[in-house]
Amino acid sequence: MQRFDDNTDGLKEQVVDFEDAEFEEALKNFKSSVHAWSDAAYSRPRTVAREVRVRSWRLAAGWALGCVLVAGSVSGGLMERHHRAELARIAAQQRAVEQARQLQQQQARAKITDEVLLADVDSAVSRQVPDAMEPLAQMMADDETK
Amino acid sequence: MRIVNQVVNSDTVRASTWVMAAGTALDAMAITTSDDAAAQEFAQVVERHRPQIFRFLLSSTRDVDLAETLTQECFLKAHRNWGSFRGESSAMTWLMRIAINLQKDHWRNRRMQFWRTTRTNSVDLDEASEWLPSGESSIEQQLLAKERVKQVWTAVKGLSERQRTVFLLRYVEEQELSEIAAATGLSEGTVKAHLSRAVARVRLELGGRR
Repeated sequence: MQRFDDNTDGLKEQVVDFEDAEFEEALKNFKSSVHAWSDAAYSRPRTVAREVRVRSWRLAAGWALGCVLVAGSVSGGLMERHHRAELARIAAQQRAVEQARQLQQQQARAKITDEVLLADVDSAVSRQVPDAMEPLAQMMADDETK
Repeated sequence: MRIVNQVVNSDTVRASTWVMAAGTALDAMAITTSDDAAAQEFAQVVERHRPQIFRFLLSSTRDVDLAETLTQECFLKAHRNWGSFRGESSAMTWLMRIAINLQKDHWRNRRMQFWRTTRTNSVDLDEASEWLPSGESSIEQQLLAKERVKQVWTAVKGLSERQRTVFLLRYVEEQELSEIAAATGLSEGTVKAHLSRAVARVRLELGGRR
């Protein structure tokens, strides 16, 4: 029984030794693998320049598009403003013409009204004068004749 | 007498001005020389340690582009702070500390930006396990070795950030516990504890005893 236990312990030790060796081997391989990968990645050709070029091209395109948009919106705004100013000017012109026309009409109406009023007054003025004023009326009539 | 004094005084002033100017020029030359020396020294440090920093970052991230970017950032940061490096630890330990912090910051930022669809270039474990020097072993042995390497990668992937860092520094970079402690800012006892857990995890993955 004692000998069997001794044998079992020995076997256990052998297993432990084997596992340790296997573990050490695995770690060694892992280290070699990482070193090999790192060396290969470290010495690989870099693609940074190309990426920068692509990025700079995109940057330039973005700037160009941005400039076009800004220029378009500014010029659109200016055109809109100019269009509105033009419309306002035409409207003001039309208003002025309309006002002048209305003024002329008013003046014409006023003139007609004055003439009609004078005619009315003329017609309404009595042609007969009192006897005492007859010599004066005669004199005015003579003056008008002259 | 007054005139002579004036002449002497003006000569003295001129001479002292010349000496000051010369001194300034010498100082400037000395600064330039010391700057050149520092730049040369830093260039040597970069040349010596860059591959190792890159390797550590590559094994931590499994992403070649990210490892390159972080390596660049690491040396940029080191260059900016090169004047304040007092040499209390080795340059390698100092650089490794910067690299570890950069890597932490990177993962923290990614966690904070979880709403963004960030693209990851991490290679899968099969691809990472492909890199194995063929040596003189047979095909069966190579396949077995690749399988074992893949299992180690799987275990490393499952480790916590600290455990992974400690494990990689110990078994890939072959650093001493004191160096790992200095680089990570942990005590040696904590490093041992993390390493022990990491090794247990790897052993378990390899199918061995804990």
